Amino acid sequence: MKITVQAWRQNHRNAEGRFESYSVDNVSEDMSFFEMLDMLNNQLILEGKDPISFDHDCREGICGTCGVMINGRAHGPLSGTTSCQLHMRSFKDGDVLIVEPWRAAAFPVIRDLVVDRKGFDRIMEAGGYVSVSTGGVPDANTLPVSKKNADLSFDAAACIGCGACVAACKNSSAMLFVGAKVSQYALLPQGQVERASRAKNMVKQMDTEGFGNCTNTSACEVECPKEISIVNIARLNREFVRASF
Amino acid sequence: MKLVNPSNKRKYDIIVVGTGLAGGSAAATLAELGYNVKAFSYHESPRRAHSIAAQGGINAAKNYPNDGDSVYRLFYDTIKGGDYRAREANVYRLAEVSSNIIDQCVAQGVPFAREYGGLLDNRSFGGAQVSRTFYARGQTGQQLLLGVYSALVRQMNAGKVAFYPRHDMLDIVKVEGRARGIVTRNLETGEICSHSADAVILATGGYGNVFFLSTNAMASNVTASWRAHKQGAYFANPCFTQIHPTCIPVSSEHQSKLTLMSESLRNDGRVWVPKKAGDYRNPNDIPEEDRDYYLERLYPSFGNLVPRDVASRRAKEMCDKGHGVGATKLSVYLDFEDVISRKGKEWVSEKYGNLFDMYRQITGENPYETPMKIYPAVHYTMGGLWVDYNLMSSVPGLHVLGEANFSDHGANRLGASALMQGLADGYFIIPYTIGDYLAREKMCTVKTSDDHFLRAEKVVKENLEKMLSIKGSKTVDDIHKELGKIMWEHVGMARNKVGLKKALELIPKLKEDFWKSVHVPGDMNEYNPELEKASRLADFLELGELMARDALHREESCGGHFREEYQTEENEAKRNDESFSYAAAWEHKGSDSVPKLHKEELDFEEVDLTTRSYK
Repeated sequence: MKITVQAWRQNHRNAEGRFESYSVDNVSEDMSFFEMLDMLNNQLILEGKDPISFDHDCREGICGTCGVMINGRAHGPLSGTTSCQLHMRSFKDGDVLIVEPWRAAAFPVIRDLVVDRKGFDRIMEAGGYVSVSTGGVPDANTLPVSKKNADLSFDAAACIGCGACVAACKNSSAMLFVGAKVSQYALLPQGQVERASRAKNMVKQMDTEGFGNCTNTSACEVECPKEISIVNIARLNREFVRASF
Repeated sequence: MKLVNPSNKRKYDIIVVGTGLAGGSAAATLAELGYNVKAFSYHESPRRAHSIAAQGGINAAKNYPNDGDSVYRLFYDTIKGGDYRAREANVYRLAEVSSNIIDQCVAQGVPFAREYGGLLDNRSFGGAQVSRTFYARGQTGQQLLLGVYSALVRQMNAGKVAFYPRHDMLDIVKVEGRARGIVTRNLETGEICSHSADAVILATGGYGNVFFLSTNAMASNVTASWRAHKQGAYFANPCFTQIHPTCIPVSSEHQSKLTLMSESLRNDGRVWVPKKAGDYRNPNDIPEEDRDYYLERLYPSFGNLVPRDVASRRAKEMCDKGHGVGATKLSVYLDFEDVISRKGKEWVSEKYGNLFDMYRQITGENPYETPMKIYPAVHYTMGGLWVDYNLMSSVPGLHVLGEANFSDHGANRLGASALMQGLADGYFIIPYTIGDYLAREKMCTVKTSDDHFLRAEKVVKENLEKMLSIKGSKTVDDIHKELGKIMWEHVGMARNKVGLKKALELIPKLKEDFWKSVHVPGDMNEYNPELEKASRLADFLELGELMARDALHREESCGGHFREEYQTEENEAKRNDESFSYAAAWEHKGSDSVPKLHKEELDFEEVDLTTRSYK
């Protein structure tokens, strides 16, 4: 296949960005999207040009490091798939791929397609934990959890923190991310003690970071590579209201 | 063991490099105890560490299923699984604390799989005949790492952990012979900076990427360990690498990494190849009588759940004999037809759904309908920096945790034991043992403006500048792929004297080539991923040589180290306990000199050394 890549190029945080177009020949359909970018980068380096920076690491869809917009869609055209798991068999000969970083004020561009998602860490710092220190905890089986709640909690905990929800949302809302974490703990007995303060503090930090609010378009759910449900946003709203009285 | 008084702990600074399961849990726990922790990661967030990719589970001797498990049995299985090349005392301690890990994770809100009664579920893994593996679907590593991350952000919020994201450790700094700090490069700005402390902990993972293709994440590297090695930390058993039997096979030259399919799949999947070599029919058209379920045939009692090294070698053997399947003929089938017809698709999807999805995304094939194709791939490195019982390396004050050390898995790691070891080291071992070191030593005050630090920074800078100045004709990946090929061919799943000697000729030549013809674009003072990769490859090139040297000197087969010259009539690994019952700890003697071998004899007081049998 022959593919044209139009990639966002930006040298550093404060630099002006621009699109540049590249042609990539001999793309095989078994290649992953990133392996196609690897090939392009190899070519650029040998031509004495700067390769395109993009974030990636595990290439198995679990670390959450990667994430780019491909033709306007977070992580590309497939549902339930991270950018690294996307393979070129999803595209055809002659396709033009417009590749952009996550676009959100709260995710400044570091270089090219790499963005700064420290805002997510700061939201987690504000309350994304159960306050137990190491040691002195009860036996694991002293606290039964219904399978239903354990499964729902897991569904929420499957979030990989990639930020696709923010990138897909017209309001750059992080409520799916925050809702997933608040839900994971709200559904488990371990999370009850700090349930109210957690919801309040995480929402407060989310606002401070400059993420927007949810207007129920469900774009986040559609683009989430782990298919986290917006039920978790509804739960976040309930938890937040509950915590406020 | 000496203690540091609770109110004195705040007087000590501890550097933790790497914030995966081992480093993250250590950083959080040390901070909870009162130490001031500086934690470093080359990732943007601790949640990105490669521990996250572990799928199947974590072992613990809880005996919840009442199938006769005990601390002793977990200890015994681990020693045996490691083919009697691990230190007994460390392994026993690991088994002892295994149960505490599960308690801790549950208290943190890690959503482990549960039964309908609300209690925790277990499953079986290779090398054990009890069900002691706790799991969270096929994402156990993710959930445990997020648990660690939650403990860590709590301490960041409390101001007890200062976290340095996107910081690459490029050297350790010794003062009066003790590890007192590190030199880092800020990967976003390129700034080279020093950090001082009273002790340094490395938890920087394994070195499987020396093979270029492995199941490790793209950035996983040996640099922290290797630079420490060059500063005097012994490197133990570097040739002990684990080849995981169930990975998605290589499809093309452009492949950038390999993906593991959890060993847990072998609970219900059956491994087979066509009985007749060269039978290229569609697998669904091959009738039962023309299939060879070779693991079940060869090992009736363990069947598909033999340890990883055994399963890998048998797969290679089948392919070598012409029974391999798929386009490259370098794979075997892992078939779920049996369990799907017995328990239904829904049951299988509940248990392995995400793994099946992942397989389909990568290969474009549906494993509910067509058997998976799998082949062994480099997955884990049992070797690592040598540590004593307290997890301290041969450099005083430098401690090493998790996959980066060599301590617990001998020559082969059992499935679901890496998560156990990482968390044991971080939550329950180093928090106690580091106190002993700090309480014993009287330390001088150091500042990062001291000569030791300035000199180290200069060396680091010069090294990077040299790489950038070459501007040759090969990319970093070109050379890394060449190294990978040499390593896989000569220091891979099966090794022999001739091949290893060849590797010892080829690797230094390739290293020379790297320093002559690598092309690293850009400069030092910017975000430059190619420079990161080049700096890591330079260390892999040196490590590769040491691995070959170690493999050549160990004239026996054990666990993941298979020397073709030393095998039984049934093609199983043949150990030589008389001559090689020791950990080989190599001391760096300078770039142009041969490293010096130190032998730590392994004394087995509790277990008898037998030939492993899984028949």
